[in-house]
Amino acid sequence: MNFTLKIWRQKNVTAKGEMVSYDVSGISPDSSFFEMLDTLNQKLITTGGDPVAFDHDCREGICGTCSLYINGRPHGPVKGVTTCQLHMRAFKDGDTIFIEPWRAKAFPIIRDLIVDRSALDKIIQAGGYVSVNTGGVPDANTIPVPKEKSDAAFDAATCIGCGACVAACSNAAAMLFIGAKVSHLALLPQGRVEAATRVQKMVACMDKQGFGNCSNTYACEFDCPKGISVANIARMNREFLGAKLFSEKERVIKESL
Amino acid sequence: MTRLNARIPEGPVAEKWTAYKSGSKLVNPNNKRKLDIIVIGTGLAGASAAASLGQLGYNVKVFCYQDTPRRAHSIAAQGGINAAKNYPNDGDSAYRLFYDTIKGGDYRAREANVYRLAQVSNQIIDLCVAQGVPFAREYSGLLTNRSFGGAQVSRTFYARGQTGQQLLLGAYSALSRQIAAGTVKLFNRRDVLDMVLVDGKARGIIARNLVTGEIERHAAHAVVLANGGYGNVFFLSTNAMGSNVTPSWSAFRKGAMFANPSFTQIHPTCIPVHGDAQSKLTLMSESLRNDGRIWVPAKMKDVEKLRNKEIKPSDIPEADRDYYLERRYPAFGNLVPRDVASRAAKERCDAGYGVGATGVAVFLDFADAIKRKGHDAIDSLYGNLFQMYEQIVAESPYETPMMIYPAVHYTMGGLWVDYELMTTIPGLYAIGECNFSDHGANRLGASALMQGLADGYFVLPYTIGNYLANEIHTPRFDNTSSEFTLAAQAVTDRLKQIKNSGGKESVDHFHRRLGKIMWEYCGMARNDAGLTEALYLITELRHEFARGVKIPGGLDEYNPEIEKACRVADFIELGELMVRDAQQRKESCGGHFREEYQTSEGEALRNDDEFAFVGAWEYSGRDAAAKLHREELQFNEIKLSQRSYK
Amino acid sequence: MFLYSSITKKVLMALAGLFLVTFLCVHLGINLMLLKNDGGRAFSTAATFMGTNPLIKVAEIVLFAGFLLHILFGLVVSGQNRAARPTGYARSNSSDTSFFSKYMFHTGIIVSIFLALHFCDFYFIKIGLVAPPAGIAIHDFYNRTLLLFSTPWYSLFYIVSFIFLGIHLNHAIQSAFQTLGWNHSKYTDAVKVIGSVYSVVIAIGFSIVPIYVLFFLNKV
Ligand SMILES: Cc1cc2nc3c(=O)[nH]c(=O)nc-3n(C[C@H](O)[C@H](O)[C@H](O)COP(=O)(O)OP(=O)(O)OC[C@H]3O[C@@H](n4cnc5c(N)ncnc54)[C@H](O)[C@@H]3O)c2cc1C
Ligand code: HEM
Ligand code: SF4
Ligand code: FES
Repeated sequence: MNFTLKIWRQKNVTAKGEMVSYDVSGISPDSSFFEMLDTLNQKLITTGGDPVAFDHDCREGICGTCSLYINGRPHGPVKGVTTCQLHMRAFKDGDTIFIEPWRAKAFPIIRDLIVDRSALDKIIQAGGYVSVNTGGVPDANTIPVPKEKSDAAFDAATCIGCGACVAACSNAAAMLFIGAKVSHLALLPQGRVEAATRVQKMVACMDKQGFGNCSNTYACEFDCPKGISVANIARMNREFLGAKLFSEKERVIKESL
Repeated sequence: MTRLNARIPEGPVAEKWTAYKSGSKLVNPNNKRKLDIIVIGTGLAGASAAASLGQLGYNVKVFCYQDTPRRAHSIAAQGGINAAKNYPNDGDSAYRLFYDTIKGGDYRAREANVYRLAQVSNQIIDLCVAQGVPFAREYSGLLTNRSFGGAQVSRTFYARGQTGQQLLLGAYSALSRQIAAGTVKLFNRRDVLDMVLVDGKARGIIARNLVTGEIERHAAHAVVLANGGYGNVFFLSTNAMGSNVTPSWSAFRKGAMFANPSFTQIHPTCIPVHGDAQSKLTLMSESLRNDGRIWVPAKMKDVEKLRNKEIKPSDIPEADRDYYLERRYPAFGNLVPRDVASRAAKERCDAGYGVGATGVAVFLDFADAIKRKGHDAIDSLYGNLFQMYEQIVAESPYETPMMIYPAVHYTMGGLWVDYELMTTIPGLYAIGECNFSDHGANRLGASALMQGLADGYFVLPYTIGNYLANEIHTPRFDNTSSEFTLAAQAVTDRLKQIKNSGGKESVDHFHRRLGKIMWEYCGMARNDAGLTEALYLITELRHEFARGVKIPGGLDEYNPEIEKACRVADFIELGELMVRDAQQRKESCGGHFREEYQTSEGEALRNDDEFAFVGAWEYSGRDAAAKLHREELQFNEIKLSQRSYK
Repeated sequence: MFLYSSITKKVLMALAGLFLVTFLCVHLGINLMLLKNDGGRAFSTAATFMGTNPLIKVAEIVLFAGFLLHILFGLVVSGQNRAARPTGYARSNSSDTSFFSKYMFHTGIIVSIFLALHFCDFYFIKIGLVAPPAGIAIHDFYNRTLLLFSTPWYSLFYIVSFIFLGIHLNHAIQSAFQTLGWNHSKYTDAVKVIGSVYSVVIAIGFSIVPIYVLFFLNKV
């Protein structure tokens, strides 16, 4: 198969970028999207060009590193898969494919198609954990967890932190990611203990990172490779409101009013 | 003669760990604040260690090459994690887990370490649950277990097909908590390129900032390596694209011994290679073998017809199929251990009976199981795996058998460590997959996750204190000392040398060639002549690489090619050592199969009299052959016997 | 206002919005009284009641505050959303999601323009800020309405505005529920349907009066 690629090239954060056109040919439909880009890069390297930088690691849809915005969709045209799981048979021979980085103020570009997503880590650091220490915990079966709750928590916990939700959102909001993280812990008895403070701290941090607000457009859910539901956003809103309205005064966190 | 002292505590094996803990030195909380520890890696081992050490009050710096700690390759583990909880009441115990692990490793692991691993396994599950890891549960709300990898008890805890992800997110959250508390400082997108020794002790590292290209120096009182496995030496493996051996290898070059490098695990159920552009292999969980039946056509004419697409697999009548695992191993059938299943697949394909376009694949057929259990039951068990398969291969396993072939998956070998997980360099520790410690010549399913977390949460935090207690008077290190300057200079020089080699071929070109050599001669089956050939080919490749690699871009910017080049340079050297190790070990054991040493039925033939030792290699210069040291293995608890799955 | 967290801002917008939604119901009810062929008695009674009852006076202030709050937050939120993506995509998002939801700001602005005009025409006259057109008493809303609606361009503008309001509401109602955290596997679908029905009812309901005045009143 042959393709025309229009790829965003940008040397570093401060440099000006532009879309550049490339042709690739002789691609097997069984190749993954990255193997197609590998082929382009091999050609660029041996012919004295500058290979395209993109983020990738596990190449099996679980690490959340890959992050390409392909033809107007994060992770490309196939629903429920990451960029690394996308195969060229999803395209037609001769197609022109637009490849861009995730775009958000909170995700500055590092080079070409690579962005800095540390903002998501900062949000977890703000409170996305259960404050247990290594050692001194009860036996795992001491606290039964209703299966439905544990399954729902799992559904939220499958988020791979790729940031496609931010890339898809017309407001570059990170609500699906944070909703998933808040829900995962809020649904489990182990996470309940700190639920009220956790959601406040995480939302405060989210706002500080410069993400947009949620307009409930649900593009995030549509493009999330792990099918995280927007019900998790509603749950976070509920947790947040509950925390603000019903927490004791000293447990209301001012930065996130 | 030997410099190797495993420092195993005295006493009966079941009491060694308790005895050790009671006898080891402690560091008082005020002093911990004055001690710096560097942890390289944020996988299960690194993240759990960094979080636990931070919590104890040490000053921790943690490094990873990814953009965030939670993307370490532990995230990809699917199947589960073992623990001797005995929740199902089926007779499990620490002893049994210990026994199975030693036997599974074909008696090439150290008893004391493995017993400790089995003992702390239960604590891991408790901690992970408390962190909010959503393990599978029964309707009662209690945890459920499954049997995995042919174990006779159900001791595997799991979180659907994403156990590694959930465990890593747990460890990552604990790490994030410490980062927020200021006890741990994160250095992401850093490539650790060298170790710095001061007076023979590990005192720091040299890292390259992958975004800016800056060469950074970091000093500490102790350094912990948790950089994962080196399966990528084969180019194609189930590891992440960035997985590498560089931190371990630089430690090796600085004097840490490397043990059993040739012990690699080839996983039998992976998606076969589709063509030359292939960049990595995808694992299909081992659990599929619980219901899938493995076969190839029994008749050559069917093989040819299949390849020419004249018939479909389902057209081949039952009588003309060769269910070779069921044929050869009636007792275990499709559930034989990984190494055995992999070799059997290779045997069939080598004999010409392989299927698929390339002829290097076998069928994993669910037709019977679907008939027996129903479509829905199979869907609930394997739905996500089937989907993943279909995504990659564009065929539905509900309709036609899956095609699978073995692929490199795990490396049992690694840096040699003693009972305290310290390498032969004082103050340098190795935990998780990057050490050699617990799995002998073959790892059992669901025990790597266990080992990584055991090392990081429950072993290292104790043992490192025993070393650091003597360091409380050592002031913080100055990273401008001559040792750091020299090491940083050496790294810079090496980068420049690679960058300026002035060749024409890309790094991947060399990496692929190395992979082919390793797979061909040092893969599932090895023999002396082939290994000699490999040694020659690798040396040649090393020279070609030095003159022939082409690196676009500069050193002071984001440059994935220079990143890869450093890794491949180390892989080439490692490949040579692996070959030497495989050649030295004149027996077959676990994942190491020497064609010269097999039973008349083609099974691995161990030689306990001569080879019941750990082969630890010492670096002796770039162009000199490394020197072999032996740690003789003592089996006091377990009697050695031939593994049999007939 | 900038200090509030993104969720709080959205919650306040949603509450104000839902309040406006109920107000629209009442307003629609009164409007439809125009259709009663009694020379405007019912309509006028209702209008007078609305104009004089002290409780309604209080509600009016709340209503104003609601509009103000909703609009101001709408502007702030939209501004922040725009700032969150300084550089856009060459290929804009082609996900298959609710189309209207991306244009809440635009439909909101159109409704605002309408509101401004609407206030000039009715409310400001009522409170005496603006003089009524010649020949119509301050409180004679019936004739005032008839006069306005018999101008085709005015009716057209009125109808178009309500279509946009309908579009705004189509997304707004279920969105408000989601913002307030009321998402439930059993009820959310119903909320979506009710929201859509309501938005259509509002758009059509408000459009009936001008259509009636233009085409049917005094013509049969
Ligand atoms: C597909 C797959 C499935 C598996 N399934 C199972 C299973 O079901 N059960 C089981 O028990 N085991 C399983 N395993 C094995 C198990 O996942 C691994 O052995 C284990 O997770 C390794 O953990 P680790 O912490 O040692 O290393 P990793 O998780 O690999 O982490 C390595 C860390 O080191 C860092 N690093 C590496 N090089 C550098 C460098 N040069 N500079 C800086 N940082 C560096 C990386 O950034 C990373 O953070 C599976 C493995 C694979 C590949
Ligand atoms: C009668 C008039 C109006 C009603 C009944 C109404 C109702 C609503 C409701 C219920 C919402 C959903 C809130 C949420 O998602 O949480 C909403 C959203 C919104 N409204 Fe209105 N609204 C009206 C007028 C206006 C006006 C005049 C503006 C002017 C700017 C406006 C701007 C917005 C915007 C921008 C949003 C979307 C906010 C977002 O999701 O990002 N609305 N409206
Ligand atoms: S919610 Fe979905 S899209 Fe967003 S980060 Fe998680 S996995 Fe990616
Ligand atoms: S590269 Fe890991 S999810 Fe795509």
